Amino acid sequence: MSDTDTNHECVCAQLSEEELYPRLELIIEEHRNKPHELIMALHKAQNLFGYLPRKVQQMVAEGLKVSLNEIYGVITFYSFFSTVPKGRHSVKVCLGTACYVRGGQQTLEKVGKELGAKVGDTTEDRRYSLDVVRCIGACGLAPAMLVDDDVYGRVKSTKIMEILDQYK
Amino acid sequence: MMIKATINKIEVEVEEGTTILEAARIVGFKIPTLCYNPDLKPEGSCGICVVEVEGAPAMKRACMTRLERGWKVHTNTAKVRKARKEIVELILSNHEMDCLVCVKNQSCELQHVASLVGINTLTYPRIEKKWAVDTTSPSIIRDQNKCILCGRCIQICSNIQTVNALTLDQRGFNTQISDAFNEGMGNSVCVNCGQCTVYCPVGALYEKSHTDKVWEALNDPDKHVVVQEAPAVRAMLGEEFGMETGTLVSGKMHAALRRMKFDAVFDTNFTADLTILEEGTEVVGRIKANKNIPLITSCSPGWVKFLETFYPHLIHLASTAKSPQAMFGTLSKTYYAELKGIPPEKIVSVSIMPCTAKKFEAERPELRSSGYQDVDYVLTTREIARMMKEAGIDLREMPDEPADDPLGEYTGAATIFGATGGVMEAALRSAYFLITGRELENIDILAVRGMTGIKEMEINIDGLALKVAVAHGLGNARILLDKVSAQLANEGKSEYHIIEVMACPGGCVGGGGQPWGSDMARRARRNETLFAEDRSLPLRRSHQNPSITAIYEKFLGHPNSEKSHHLLHTHYFKRSPVDGKVVSE
Amino acid sequence: MNMVRNHVLISIDANTIIAGARAVEDALIKEIARQGLSQEIVVLETGSVGIEDQGVVLVVYPEGIYYTNITPAEVPELVEEHLLKGRVVHRLMLKETPKRFVITKEKTGLMKEQPRIVLKNCGFINPESIDEAIAADGYQAAAKALSSMKPDEIIAEVKHAGLTGRGGAAFPTGLKWEFASKVDNPVKYIVCNADEGEPGTFKDRLILEGDPHKLIESMIIGGYATGATKGFVYIRGEYELSIERLEKAIADARSYGLLGTNIFDSGFDFDITVMKGAGAYVCGEETALIESIEGKRGHPRNKPPYPITAGLWGKPTIVNNVETLSNIPEIILKGAENFKKYGTEKCSGTKVYTILGHVATPGLIETEMGTTLRDIIFEYGGGIKDGKRFKCALVGGAAGAFLGPDMLDVKMDFVNLREYAAALGSGAILVMDEDTDIVDMLKSVLHFFKHESCGHCVPCRLGTARLVELIDRIAASKGTSKDVEGLTRISETMKDTSFCPLGQSLILPVSSSLKYFKDEILARVQ
Repeated sequence: MSDTDTNHECVCAQLSEEELYPRLELIIEEHRNKPHELIMALHKAQNLFGYLPRKVQQMVAEGLKVSLNEIYGVITFYSFFSTVPKGRHSVKVCLGTACYVRGGQQTLEKVGKELGAKVGDTTEDRRYSLDVVRCIGACGLAPAMLVDDDVYGRVKSTKIMEILDQYK
Repeated sequence: MMIKATINKIEVEVEEGTTILEAARIVGFKIPTLCYNPDLKPEGSCGICVVEVEGAPAMKRACMTRLERGWKVHTNTAKVRKARKEIVELILSNHEMDCLVCVKNQSCELQHVASLVGINTLTYPRIEKKWAVDTTSPSIIRDQNKCILCGRCIQICSNIQTVNALTLDQRGFNTQISDAFNEGMGNSVCVNCGQCTVYCPVGALYEKSHTDKVWEALNDPDKHVVVQEAPAVRAMLGEEFGMETGTLVSGKMHAALRRMKFDAVFDTNFTADLTILEEGTEVVGRIKANKNIPLITSCSPGWVKFLETFYPHLIHLASTAKSPQAMFGTLSKTYYAELKGIPPEKIVSVSIMPCTAKKFEAERPELRSSGYQDVDYVLTTREIARMMKEAGIDLREMPDEPADDPLGEYTGAATIFGATGGVMEAALRSAYFLITGRELENIDILAVRGMTGIKEMEINIDGLALKVAVAHGLGNARILLDKVSAQLANEGKSEYHIIEVMACPGGCVGGGGQPWGSDMARRARRNETLFAEDRSLPLRRSHQNPSITAIYEKFLGHPNSEKSHHLLHTHYFKRSPVDGKVVSE
Repeated sequence: MNMVRNHVLISIDANTIIAGARAVEDALIKEIARQGLSQEIVVLETGSVGIEDQGVVLVVYPEGIYYTNITPAEVPELVEEHLLKGRVVHRLMLKETPKRFVITKEKTGLMKEQPRIVLKNCGFINPESIDEAIAADGYQAAAKALSSMKPDEIIAEVKHAGLTGRGGAAFPTGLKWEFASKVDNPVKYIVCNADEGEPGTFKDRLILEGDPHKLIESMIIGGYATGATKGFVYIRGEYELSIERLEKAIADARSYGLLGTNIFDSGFDFDITVMKGAGAYVCGEETALIESIEGKRGHPRNKPPYPITAGLWGKPTIVNNVETLSNIPEIILKGAENFKKYGTEKCSGTKVYTILGHVATPGLIETEMGTTLRDIIFEYGGGIKDGKRFKCALVGGAAGAFLGPDMLDVKMDFVNLREYAAALGSGAILVMDEDTDIVDMLKSVLHFFKHESCGHCVPCRLGTARLVELIDRIAASKGTSKDVEGLTRISETMKDTSFCPLGQSLILPVSSSLKYFKDEILARVQ
């Protein structure tokens, strides 16, 4: 993996989608004609756009020499990748076994109720997307919840709104 | 190297690398399979062929496990039978079992397996129908509610045809077969070849049927319904009526159609001969002008869309001659309409094709030279068989009858259009004559026949060394076209003068509209049938067909005349490799 | 040279970062400077020290005092009292030092020494410093192997040590290497499986975060022994910090000439690429992982051929787990005999466990093979939380077995547990107290499998769906005894006919829960 600035930060909030395409070109250039690097390229593209719009899929497919049916099959297989725009903040409640046994399900229900969203949904104001993850490896902190890249451990239902409110 | 093992205590000696499935057949055990197909790479998704191997911790899949030295295999233990039953029950619990109204009723491989393993009750509650049926394609219907996810359609589409229209979408219980972006096959790069329908073991992929519309036309006293049958249809329609693979049924087919009350029973073979005259004249012209060489045949509509989509820079090489189906459609509403004094709007032109892509071709907007859609309805071999049965006609009981004039007479050169290499062979028989004015003596051109993926030969016509190549199956076509494309780019010319491509493996006899379960071995036998008819006919060169001579005299003038160009030639479009839609002319 | 009085280790790992470790670190450095102690006190970043649930953790050496739940507010007091005046701040100290924190003999003498092979440096060195890794014997084993040992000598040593795969399958590592070395192919690959997806397991994460150089070193040795010149580490996508640290470690190793061409002047070339997973549990299965590295959907392949003969891009490929590989340097440096001093006759060495659920102190431990479940829960895990009674433990992850009280004294290793129809698997131990609803637990496990089934084969794709349907009905008290029978029937079919271990192993949680808690489950149905 390289250290280009396209690598980590999601800049989709500041730039319009059109302005992101030149950056996508840079990512594609790194992986050009290397179909086996598809997953790495998709990670970077999704970091850039926040999701994988159809045009991005087409460009990555063409650049890496992967057929469209294959890229689509890969994207839908892995739970990291999304083809629909998500909310500005992704809220993921862990339902791995360790979190489950410590009340992950109740956390999920509470978060869902607070946001008025079901799993997989994005709130109407596009502020949050709610998803479930199966173990984030933070089992010592069960029940755990992820908001964007921040992990919250031992989530108490009374604290949920307080946590979510920090993300505008 | 040979290895020894036992299957159900019977000793078997096989070549190393033989699968358990194959070895068991040798000693007389037919292990049930479902996802397995001999033409494709085994994927082992269904698990029905599991067997026990002594000492092995888990059961093995017979279809993809190679027999090893000294193994003691058991194919029929209580445990194996229980597992198979359980698997079939699981599949049935997730399958829309409207078997009585399913297009695959009685030819469904799942139905067959369910009865083989002895399912007599259903343990699990049935799931509700959850997918919308995809009807976006002009040729193919995709019904996920019946899909068992064996993956055969993806393999044939991606690995053999290299169209890459289909993929697995999502994972686990939510997995479905879809096109890229899941926007429907009609909005994808699918070329409508229909091989997926031939390999689908259940009723999840099948042709978009035109039977209702044809019945309606036949019952409408105001309509004059004419019918044409493609060359390949006569080599396999018999199979649908329990006849041996490869039984030739040309005469019985004409008789049956007449009894179904088609107003005129013609034959696509007539326009196949006409195609040779138009295309042959075109290729001679191109060679003389040294322009747009090689000429690539354009009879196969799946191939034409493939060319437009994946090789848009080469569409100028395709012969501008319409396909035999399209020429017939035009002539039925012009030449025939004039001759008979029937207004073309009253004529319903029906074709019977081994092909699902012909449905797409019929709907191409540019194919309306008569002022109307030239071909109204396209029935696959499977559809016409269903209609005949519905009409109470048993093909086996039919007498042999010829087709009607003036669009029914044909030569041996036309009938071999249905086999890979047949168009090339027919073209060479006439091209020789067109160039030299003499007849080619030995007209059995064996080098372009047979099931080899790409065939090449050189023929010397009065000092002109003509190099030709034949590809069948789009994967082979891709290999050949890549080569041509590179030659043109690097050297400015290709080594070939004429290239024949048929989209389906084996040619039209292996078409997407042919009887279910049409494997490669059967396709080869059907090819033989067509060559046998060719040998049996008094005339075997297209330019010798008296009806062809007549139509040029009475109507068209001469091959590639202005009128021919107007009525019998067409043009192609550049298409997007993303969704197959036309991007420019 | 400075006279350093104290080392303050601050644990920087995913859990403590969340708890604010960076802010504490900043405050600490500022406060030390403010008190003029910068010459005497060194602050070191380290990976997890093995405490998972106590916020930001500091360890002050040489005293070995653990401070937990530290926030920037406590820092001035801590610096002034302990570091300036030498008085331990009891208020912030970890009350009772559990056994697993006793890392070296010389620390106390009160507790049994805990063997540290895999986690030797975790929590002691700054994982982002290659110099510290080298100071802690890092790359010594690789130097020894590449400059003074022949590949077959290395393989013989690993075979003799009796090291087996720690990812769950427990295949002898030396044997795997031997097979690979004998395959005649100029291109071979060695792949480290760090796609740790088993719920309740995060040992590989802490190894990667705490001592990434050990993994690199192990892969160099493995590559040299088997003839592989290219390594891949496939890391679970969620493990951002692991990826970051490993990538830095690889870059540092390259700049030191420890990766690249002609390593240690041996003529051996080797390099490593990190691949980030994208969220699919099935990719922990080695052939699915290989498909994923190739950029495809993670569907398992049929075996044979095994990856050893035809793996990545059809080339011979050795796939080893992170923990397995992390044992290699110790074996090379100290010899197989020394390694065999630990563990049981059939399984030598140690095992890293994650202890979670209703225990007093959840966390990560390394202990000898053969340690009993009782010791792990009650000695290392501090017993059941809130004084409740032990009900059972789910051992080996979601694809593991529920073990009841009768299993508490069974010596746990890969071979022995198999005799009890259980599996050590990834080493996850999820402890449940008497109040735990077993139906609910099983429901969680089955839902997990349905979600993670790749969908390739019928038995797993539809079997998991049916199991979920049955358990949901049972959990809602709407099931019948037939539904309970159905759980067994389907999971047995899955065991016999599933394409890969994911579907085959579901029988373990189902049959073991029925073995111990059939009455409890039947009480839920009509």
